[in-house]
Amino acid sequence: MSADVELDHVTIRFGDFTAVDDANLRIEDGEFFSFLGPSGCGKTTILRAVSGFMDPTEGEVRIGGRNMRGIGPNRRPTALIFQNLALFPLMTVADNIAFGLEVRGVSKFERRKRADELLALIALSDQADKLVTALSGGQRQRVAIARALAVEPDVLLLDEPLSALDLKLRQHMRTELRTIQQRVGITFIYITHDQGEALTMSDRIAVMSQGIIQQVGNGSEIYNNPATAFVASFVGENNPFHGHVSKADDQHAVMDTKFGPLRGRNSQGLRAGDRAILFVRPESLSLTNGAAGDGNVIESPVVNEEFEGHFVKIYLAGEGPKPIGLSVTNDGADSIPNVGDTIRVAFDPERANMLPMGELADE
Amino acid sequence: MSDFIVLFLAVLLALLVKPLVEKRAEAFAAAVTGITFVQRNGVMLSAYLILAVLGWAVFMIILPQLYMVDFSFRHNLPFDQVGGPNDTHTFDNYRYLLFGREGDEEMFNWLHLKVFFKTILASACVTLFDLAICYPIAYYMAQVARGGKARLLVLCLIIPFWVNEILRAFAFRILFGTSGVINSVLMGLGFTDQGVDFLRADVGLYAGLTYAYILLMIFPLYNAIESLDHNQVEAARDLGSPWWRIHFRVVMPHAKPGIASGCTMVFMLSAGALAAPQILGGPSSLWFTQVIYQWFFTGLNWPQGSAYAFVLLATCIVFVMTIMRVFNVRFGEIAK
Repeated sequence: MSADVELDHVTIRFGDFTAVDDANLRIEDGEFFSFLGPSGCGKTTILRAVSGFMDPTEGEVRIGGRNMRGIGPNRRPTALIFQNLALFPLMTVADNIAFGLEVRGVSKFERRKRADELLALIALSDQADKLVTALSGGQRQRVAIARALAVEPDVLLLDEPLSALDLKLRQHMRTELRTIQQRVGITFIYITHDQGEALTMSDRIAVMSQGIIQQVGNGSEIYNNPATAFVASFVGENNPFHGHVSKADDQHAVMDTKFGPLRGRNSQGLRAGDRAILFVRPESLSLTNGAAGDGNVIESPVVNEEFEGHFVKIYLAGEGPKPIGLSVTNDGADSIPNVGDTIRVAFDPERANMLPMGELADE
Repeated sequence: MSDFIVLFLAVLLALLVKPLVEKRAEAFAAAVTGITFVQRNGVMLSAYLILAVLGWAVFMIILPQLYMVDFSFRHNLPFDQVGGPNDTHTFDNYRYLLFGREGDEEMFNWLHLKVFFKTILASACVTLFDLAICYPIAYYMAQVARGGKARLLVLCLIIPFWVNEILRAFAFRILFGTSGVINSVLMGLGFTDQGVDFLRADVGLYAGLTYAYILLMIFPLYNAIESLDHNQVEAARDLGSPWWRIHFRVVMPHAKPGIASGCTMVFMLSAGALAAPQILGGPSSLWFTQVIYQWFFTGLNWPQGSAYAFVLLATCIVFVMTIMRVFNVRFGEIAK
């Protein structure tokens, strides 16, 4: 059975509050799909609507083409991995994994066999008869995955399952999750506020803010061609410049700023006179000898420097209280400026995105 | 008897006073202040705490109960013979519950034994009724209801218990009486011509006892279920579990200490109840506590009464321990 997950004009309201506003998307069978956004953006609500713990106020959730309205979580082809895992602390590892089979009336012998197979998949065969409380964080994580896979779902839903782990384990589990997904070949829907997780693991990502899906695309689309000011400021670091568009065509637009006219790509159809924000990433800015007033040259004093080893992060006085950041590769040359120097930096207009005025992500 | 207490107090006093008498006051003081408990709380507070707890334990619990134990092994003598040559220890009072008076026709004292076993069995039933009634309410309060609703429910449960026991028991008589509220409704609706005698059938008694201890069941259950992470319920549901299996496999195992704690209290208190059986019991039914009461006040036979009471206490303890063993609950858990 195909397990495409479709959200068709899904709106979810709690009283006056709109948690999800008219979400439309289609997640392909076998895809690793992430919902990325800050807490409270509605991503968990979407997950609960897909898993069946709530129905959308309006619109349809379809799995494999079938409308899921009124079908409870115990009768959907989905399995959910909870943020705190929600393993059963009074059961052994094997009993936890076999719980979904137990409720389906699978015989004890079959259950144990299946649990052993899954324990081998997650490399915990020797821990079968321990209580889950005796396992480490990473091991519990894997047990939760095995427990969800035991019921052979078409779609596995993961609600920030790595957030409780320490940094090193989290990075290790990213690779492991991706490997497991490729091995079992089912659809994974992953909820996270951590862009690193979303970018490294996902085939596609939906960036959400305030209940609205801002952009859907793969990692490089989201990073290189953000569609809204929110996406540009939420994913990765970005320097915003505010202003009015003075000239615009299909490809590029120019805006007037405190630093003179700045040019960038015009992917969203801005026209002269529109209020806009130009986003330039720190790695797109470089030191230049060009004169101020030339296109895309910014002249500003250095207010701070951070030595990171292979590169140096330099902060220039910006248009407001927030400084402009750029990274300069530490190539051994003595070209790295000092705090207090006034320097000039330039950027390629192809690597700068001019987007309509909109809400920025909080830092 | 009194010499027993005097001896006990003398030993206690001697232990306390001995170091002073031996003119080792300084060593004593040093030893006292050396104790971590005293260091943490100061001399005055520690002295108060120790004396208060000791006083409570010794004078309110241990001594009176020891008195009663001693009583239960003595003959019921006229006042002027107490302390005389006839005042010896005996097992007669206990033997009487089992075998009755020597020369009785029956081998066992069935009259009292039947009441005894019926009391234990009926108390177990009351406990089960309470568990069945309270578990869904406690689950609702702990896992389903949000904020204000849960508090309102707690108030609705507590406030009716401001009504005192006697008033409540008589109100139940009015409810279940032959011409009571329920019978009037039943007759009004044409289900029956004559009133059903609920009291003779002990329906009133069971209802009264079950209602009387509802709070003692609900609160331990509520505490236990409330500490369950709701995600576990959702996880079980997501894995395909029907609702009843979620309760048997996830909620109840988690709530086991609370269930044990509630059941223990309800069982002990129903087995020891007096007012409800007195007022609501049918004319032919007798609660074991009523038999005990009769020995003390009608029979004026305190030794016999205390022997009966101790048999009830011991049996209840053994019964509870056995059940806990069967359900694999450790004793420490019920204090959680």
